[in-house]
Amino acid sequence: MTALRQTTEAFDPVPGAAAPHLPQQPDLVQLLTPEGERVERPDYSVDLSAEELRDLYRDLVLVRRWDVEATALQRQGELGIWASLLGQEAAQVGAGRAMQPGDTAFPTYREHGVAWTRGVDPLHVISLFRGVDNGGWDPVATGFNLYTVVIGAQCLHATGYAMGVQRDGAEHAVLAFLGDGATSQGEVNEALIWAASFSAPVVFFCQNNQYAISVPLERQSRVPLYQRAAGFGFPGVRVDGNDVLAVLAVTRAALAAAREGQGPTFIEAFTYRMGAHTTSDDPTRYRLASELEEWKLRDPVARLKAHLSRAGLADAAFFSAVEAEADELAARIRTGTTEMPDPPGTAMFDAVYAEITPPLAQQREEFLAYQASFEEGER
Amino acid sequence: MLRQFKLPDVGEGLTEGEILQWLVEVGDTVTVNQPLCEVETAKAAVELPSPYAGTVTELLFEAGATVDVGTPIITIDTGGGSGPAPSPAGATAEPVPEGEGEPAAGLIGGSAPGGRTAVLVGYGPRNTEAKRRPRRSGAAVAARATAPQPEPTPQPPPEPPLEPEPAGPPPLLATAPDARAKPVRHGGLEVGRQAEAHALHDDAVTAVGAAHGRRSPRPLAKPPVRKYAKDLGVDLATVPGSGDGGIITRADVEAAARSAPAGGRVPGAVAPGVDEGTVVRGAFGADRPRGGEQRIPIKGVRKHTAAAMVASAFTAPHVTEFLTVDVTRMTRLRARLASRPELAGLKVSPLLFVAKALLLAVRRHPMINSSWDEAAQEIVVKDYVHLGIAAATPRGLVVPNVKDADRMSLPELARALADLTETARAGRTSPADMTGGTITITNVGVFGVDTGTPILNPGESAILAFGAVREMPWVHKGRVVPRQVTQLALSFDHRIVDGELGSRFLADVGALLHDPGTALAF
Repeated sequence: MTALRQTTEAFDPVPGAAAPHLPQQPDLVQLLTPEGERVERPDYSVDLSAEELRDLYRDLVLVRRWDVEATALQRQGELGIWASLLGQEAAQVGAGRAMQPGDTAFPTYREHGVAWTRGVDPLHVISLFRGVDNGGWDPVATGFNLYTVVIGAQCLHATGYAMGVQRDGAEHAVLAFLGDGATSQGEVNEALIWAASFSAPVVFFCQNNQYAISVPLERQSRVPLYQRAAGFGFPGVRVDGNDVLAVLAVTRAALAAAREGQGPTFIEAFTYRMGAHTTSDDPTRYRLASELEEWKLRDPVARLKAHLSRAGLADAAFFSAVEAEADELAARIRTGTTEMPDPPGTAMFDAVYAEITPPLAQQREEFLAYQASFEEGER
Repeated sequence: MLRQFKLPDVGEGLTEGEILQWLVEVGDTVTVNQPLCEVETAKAAVELPSPYAGTVTELLFEAGATVDVGTPIITIDTGGGSGPAPSPAGATAEPVPEGEGEPAAGLIGGSAPGGRTAVLVGYGPRNTEAKRRPRRSGAAVAARATAPQPEPTPQPPPEPPLEPEPAGPPPLLATAPDARAKPVRHGGLEVGRQAEAHALHDDAVTAVGAAHGRRSPRPLAKPPVRKYAKDLGVDLATVPGSGDGGIITRADVEAAARSAPAGGRVPGAVAPGVDEGTVVRGAFGADRPRGGEQRIPIKGVRKHTAAAMVASAFTAPHVTEFLTVDVTRMTRLRARLASRPELAGLKVSPLLFVAKALLLAVRRHPMINSSWDEAAQEIVVKDYVHLGIAAATPRGLVVPNVKDADRMSLPELARALADLTETARAGRTSPADMTGGTITITNVGVFGVDTGTPILNPGESAILAFGAVREMPWVHKGRVVPRQVTQLALSFDHRIVDGELGSRFLADVGALLHDPGTALAF
């Protein structure tokens, strides 16, 4: 795509690992190089303590381990499906940690890393993929809305919610998650228009992982995605999605602007889905192994680890403690998944409306009577 | 303790997968999530991680096997005697005692982890929901407790059901361990039988002590039993149901079929004391009761073969011509060539000469190497020959082809044929190897028969059957002498190939086999 290679100032994060088939990155915000070297950007300065940096690393490792374990559980027949976030940990953890307690996130179905930062129990997310509930967490208490499988629909929900926040006069912001493929959806474009028209306190956080299932980005857009924001009338910024510090800084700034009434921002987190779209997908059928190898050199977890080691902010004991914690988490997820009980049949009536309606109550009664007509009683 | 890992549905709604390769061997120590094997499904090729830590005691399928989802593929000894596995990841929620008394555990229809029933897809329903649940009497319903019961946590699998004392099918318990010990290879045939046998067993259990319940206008029976009755010509409306609520069981259908005047023998009805597994394996063995039938699900290679053959037979008007050839000179040449260094270590078979003769004859008659494009109303004549070879494999008939066989030297062709046959026998033939063929040879001679009337491989216009080479009395130079003689049969698509072309082509192949020196003139 010549339009995407409009500059000769080629961004080459890894010497010798240039990806000429990928769009080049003139405007990419990066605070940590793939080698773990700190880069200063006056417009997106971030000053984290050693402990905060170590916490971010811990988030990345635990989220990745959760994802790996869930993928294995699907392969063992314990989950119906799993949407892996492998490679997108920094984008999600950085965005999630940029949020403040009163903020609300509207995720797709892949934001496990954001769920983690909002305090959602991994088993609540897994129960959805096991098919025993519709998402077991409390969206209000966690500030993390339920997963949305319909591509892009959550952008409308987020915009509408943000307009509500605006009318409440609350100083909170809304973070809408979407993927590169979703930018081709009508709902997303409508949401961007409404958000711009009303200066809604919403930030659109697009994880550009390069593929809409199997469709590469160059089929979705002739311009870098962040540049689309200009057409809607608000700022767009491209951030290195594998750099957790840059993501944190950019998202913090965008959310702060939203809270202050400056309206929406579109963030394009430039990243890569290192795994399959879901466990039902086989990425080797549509992309080259060499591309994956290039992106492995930009791995978000290895990058922060390199920085921590290099800057002397963490020692081997810390890293092995995090690994041990990850093992514990994996074991808890494994045991919790296989022991997860099926819900009672009446659970389907409980969350249809905030208060049960008379017709629904009648259906519930009928269902109970039907269940009770069996000798074994309700199951 | 021994645990079995069943092939999961790694996509959404898949029913089977092919084991591409094993990454572990019997005796290997494995950890949780260590890759065990690579499996290809309709959607993706994926590695399956181990849910258990322990020692591999058995691989239940060989690489290349196509396995139904829900079928155990590997047995892992997690150690620790009869207790739950002490794996670090604690797989304690899957108590699957593979005890002596567990019938057909893990097979479809059998028990599965968490007190569930193994099914084709996913982790399956609970056992209790696999059967029609008994209804309360009216009074009991009225007095029911309305409070919802808390959902019980996963339970250990139910105790093995007690055997019904009289009548009913024979105990199958002795069969299960035996069936596990023998790897099931052929497209799930035995799996299917086991599942059926298990269903039979289930019905017998539900039949015990059951009183006749209400009868609805439409006779109540499970779909497989309906199918079964239909197959046997039994009208369900005339069959009294002995199951709970008047459900007609398999046993009821069998009883009705036995009492029918012209009743044929009943599939699956095995004389008491006869091991079902033995019967399945030795379908025509001496231990099988006479007059029985075996019902084999139509699936896999058999299904594809049937569809292809029917499509071919009813699309292309077939003509078959025969030619008997004295191939004595060819057999002599074969012996001479086999000692040449170029062909050292290669099998110089009669098939190799037939293939070479066919390729030379195709060069003279390119129209024979063509296909009929109905949609475009065109005949597609190919300037390349992808030579198909019909091969009998454990999975059934497959027709892989040698790409660009016409460009190969004799040693190259010999090597290609050997590779192709070996790959097919090992069940590793890839779909690409089986598509794009332009003409086919079927070597029926290897079975000792003389000839046949082959059916065209779909999309091709000719197929050559090559019979056994026999020493026969033959008129040679005016005298009857023993000579090496074979028969060729050529079937061709009469839409494309007329009798003249087919005859000339067959005569050319025959001439080359009769006197390989003729090749110099081609």
